Amino acid sequence: MSEQVRSTSRNGAEVATGTVPAGARSTVAVTVNGTHRSAEVESRRTLSDYLRHDLGLTGTHVGCEHGVCGACTVLLDGTPVRSCLVFAVTAAGHQVTTAEGLGQLDESGDPNSLSPVQRAFRDCHALQCGFCTPGFMTTITAGIAENPDPTRDEAVEMIAGNLCRCTGYQNIVDAVLRAAELAKDPAAPLTDRFTEHSDAAHSADQDADGAGA
Amino acid sequence: MVTRYFGTAVKRTEDLRLTTGHGRYTDDVGTGPDGEHALEVAYLRSPHAHARILDIDVTDALDVEGVVAIYTHEDLEGAAGEPLPVLIPHPGLHAARTGYALAKDTVRHVGESIVMVVAENRYLAEDAVNRIRVDYEFLAPVVGIEASRAAASTVHDDVPDNVAAHLVQERGDARAAVAGAPHTLEYDLSIERSASMPLEGKAVHAKWDADDASLRVYSSTQASTSVRAAIAAKLGLALGKVEVIAPDVGGGFGVKIVHPWPEEITVPMAAMRLGRPVKWTEDRREHFISAAHERGQEHHVRVGFDDEGRILGLDVTFWHDNGAYTPYGIICPIVTSTQLLGPYKPANYRVEFSSVYTNTVIVTPYRGAGRPQGVFVMERTMDRIAQYLGRDRTQVRSANFILPDEFPYDQGLIFQDGRPLIYDSGNYPDQLTMLKEMIGWDEFPALQQQARASGRLLGIGLGCYVEGTGPGPYEGAHVNVQTDGSVEVAIGLTSQGQGHQTVFAQIVADELGVDFDKIRVVTGDTRRFGYAVGTFASRAAVMSGSAVALAARKTKAKALRVAADVLECNPDDLEIESGLISMKGNPSTSIPLGQVAVLSNPLRYAFDEAAKAATQFAKPADPDKPPVAEGEEPGLEGKDYYSPPRSTFASGMHAAIVEIDADTSEIAIRKYCVVHDCGNLINPMIVEGQVHGGVAQGVGGALYEVMAYDESGQLQNASFMDFLMPYVTEVPRLELGHQMTPSPLNPLGIKGAGEAGVIPVAATIASAVEDAVGLRIDAMPLNPSKLFELRATATALTTNQVREGLTP
Repeated sequence: MSEQVRSTSRNGAEVATGTVPAGARSTVAVTVNGTHRSAEVESRRTLSDYLRHDLGLTGTHVGCEHGVCGACTVLLDGTPVRSCLVFAVTAAGHQVTTAEGLGQLDESGDPNSLSPVQRAFRDCHALQCGFCTPGFMTTITAGIAENPDPTRDEAVEMIAGNLCRCTGYQNIVDAVLRAAELAKDPAAPLTDRFTEHSDAAHSADQDADGAGA
Repeated sequence: MVTRYFGTAVKRTEDLRLTTGHGRYTDDVGTGPDGEHALEVAYLRSPHAHARILDIDVTDALDVEGVVAIYTHEDLEGAAGEPLPVLIPHPGLHAARTGYALAKDTVRHVGESIVMVVAENRYLAEDAVNRIRVDYEFLAPVVGIEASRAAASTVHDDVPDNVAAHLVQERGDARAAVAGAPHTLEYDLSIERSASMPLEGKAVHAKWDADDASLRVYSSTQASTSVRAAIAAKLGLALGKVEVIAPDVGGGFGVKIVHPWPEEITVPMAAMRLGRPVKWTEDRREHFISAAHERGQEHHVRVGFDDEGRILGLDVTFWHDNGAYTPYGIICPIVTSTQLLGPYKPANYRVEFSSVYTNTVIVTPYRGAGRPQGVFVMERTMDRIAQYLGRDRTQVRSANFILPDEFPYDQGLIFQDGRPLIYDSGNYPDQLTMLKEMIGWDEFPALQQQARASGRLLGIGLGCYVEGTGPGPYEGAHVNVQTDGSVEVAIGLTSQGQGHQTVFAQIVADELGVDFDKIRVVTGDTRRFGYAVGTFASRAAVMSGSAVALAARKTKAKALRVAADVLECNPDDLEIESGLISMKGNPSTSIPLGQVAVLSNPLRYAFDEAAKAATQFAKPADPDKPPVAEGEEPGLEGKDYYSPPRSTFASGMHAAIVEIDADTSEIAIRKYCVVHDCGNLINPMIVEGQVHGGVAQGVGGALYEVMAYDESGQLQNASFMDFLMPYVTEVPRLELGHQMTPSPLNPLGIKGAGEAGVIPVAATIASAVEDAVGLRIDAMPLNPSKLFELRATATALTTNQVREGLTP
């Protein structure tokens, strides 16, 4: 959390422009996942802490607190932002979408009731520990809204700003392509393209001349 | 056994939770407007690598509104104030030293915690930390293996040579064999520090129930049962008064196996004293400077071999930088010294290592745990021999392989688990054949020539490894059939993303004959299973998988016994499928498993439909016998443990084709192939995911990741901005081949898979880069700058460092 102010006044008093209002608290209201939410927070409270600790929306994760890993990515008015680098007060009055807002299981618990990106992550084994996953999913949700038919290279580009330490990314790239497919056709069958599990026989015929290309 | 789930790519149970924001990680506990708000902790950590603490003044910090408590070492009572334990003592570890939960008198690395502040939230706690003043007397920092060996200064006053451990193992007489060999080579090899670096750092949440005098702790750990035992011992509580839960854990990769971390003592202590929930969530800088690193080692090798490249004698001496303390013992260098041998059988082998103190973060296992270094040494050796003899690199390896008919193969050393290093099974020649075909080994020279003609630098390389997996001493499992036919499974071992809830349900589904979606698996919760070892050393599938199978078999045996009594037949005549017990060949005679669960408990109130229905089967009780027969227990459940004689040995081989930019020395991986043998696969999708992730970490270690300490002991790249972990753009798309040689040591024939992917990557990339540029690669990681410098100065190198026939 880097530099901190030292004053601990909690009276919410107005402060001079240009300084961090030490301990000043105000009510921050944000539309989160379509619902009006508010909490009284210090001005220095990050959006990620506001979402997680004040609103209890712990689907957003914090991996580095300096904007590099992307785990905390949420959609602010539809655009991916690193919520660890945004103050909650600056999000006041805006629309925020978190992992929880991408989709929830229906009453029957049908996995197909989730969003294309959520379904794709499960289909392609694109998550292991799940910690970076919300940031990838929000990023990809915005990505395929902008580019509904990404090539594999474009899928790589789409997720190139997020860190994952578990998966090696290969299955996340697959998940981008699968999500795009499901976004167009929710009933698109899960083909071998995403689910085949290697054996020597079919691995050997892939791009055998990759080095010379 | 009707096999339906074992071996298939079942989608993960965990994913529905984790993709919808309903995971529960330690920092999630008690949050939100309705949550039970926890006080939050920040630590004052030493800014100096080596210093005596003269005075701590917290006066100003106490003025911060919202501060609840401040603790220093003086406030730690009893065992909590004593040095942290040495988890794995070893006779070779003659000078083990550990730190304290809060530093006492002296700090020995930047990041060591000195003062604990508890406040209403983390922001206020950090405000207070910034107001604490500590007076230090600076001591000379010892940074790097060279400085440590020189011992001009010491890390610990009473360890004058800075050597924590020294160990020699030998089979045959390696030095004589090297001296008498037709050909000999001698060289140095080194690998720098990296770290596990899970996306979720450590975290601890503790809640004290004063009325019950009991403690509940959530910790982002790989070993909840051992954290529990440590907390009980350090805080003077009975084991039964401490619960530890590893909820969802955001990656571990080794660093979270260490226990107790200082915070696992101080956070519960504060919760007990303050009577309120207290939590600490590590931030990224804290993780860099106060968790653990690994990999830093320097090696000196002497090898003697014959005309075929067969190793007659191998003599390796290496130095392992263990950082400031040795709480986890010397597992990593022991693993290097034994697993260095890989799939080979050198006629004589001697290994000697010294584990030395430095004023840096402690070193404990990171995925691979000493193996990447050992494999780097052995594979570089194979490449050197091949080059010296002018033979193909795969030929030299083949000449040294242990052959399929030589298993079990005794390497004549003692492994990390204290047991003989005996390989159980494998087929290395076939593995190499598969790999060569996948990568196009035999076709590559033509491709390389062609590329070179147009000014492109291509190279091919390979790396082979053997990995001891699934070490003991034990794991256990509990399987409990509910009256509705669903099955509760509990294991003590934790999960950090390996899909344990899925794979262990697959095993139970097949063993017990129940549908997969009827099974719920709980991991790492001491309330549900008290005795366990932990998730490390690629042991979960082997150990807990086997225990789960055994517990399910016990449960099934009881179910059939009870059902046979009811159906008046022999248990052998019954089978279970989809939760229905029926006569073989006569499916009309049947009883659901849930009703058998009711019948297995003589106290059967009709709480549910199964209980009501079961009464039709209940026979009149014999008035002369106890309702629970001798040797029986109420309930339809089974508990069992698996304890193997020794580790099982997985293996694999990687090959890469790289391209080096002739101008910038940028290194691009054009093709990457993996052949992997972890015995029988429970879930190929999950195994492949483990390999993918391991290789990505291997690429990080091969090309990018270092812990950049300056001579003062300051870690200069303690952020994700400067410590370069691979993004998607740095990781090649893998081609994977499975070989399956089942382990004869466990009931499922499985071997571990968790660490495999990372192990031979540095060796493989080094081999390929060397082939591309014709320059000896002796040190990893190899980033483009280093390679650029190496190529620029190539003309100044002595001829034996330049490969024959190739010009840089």
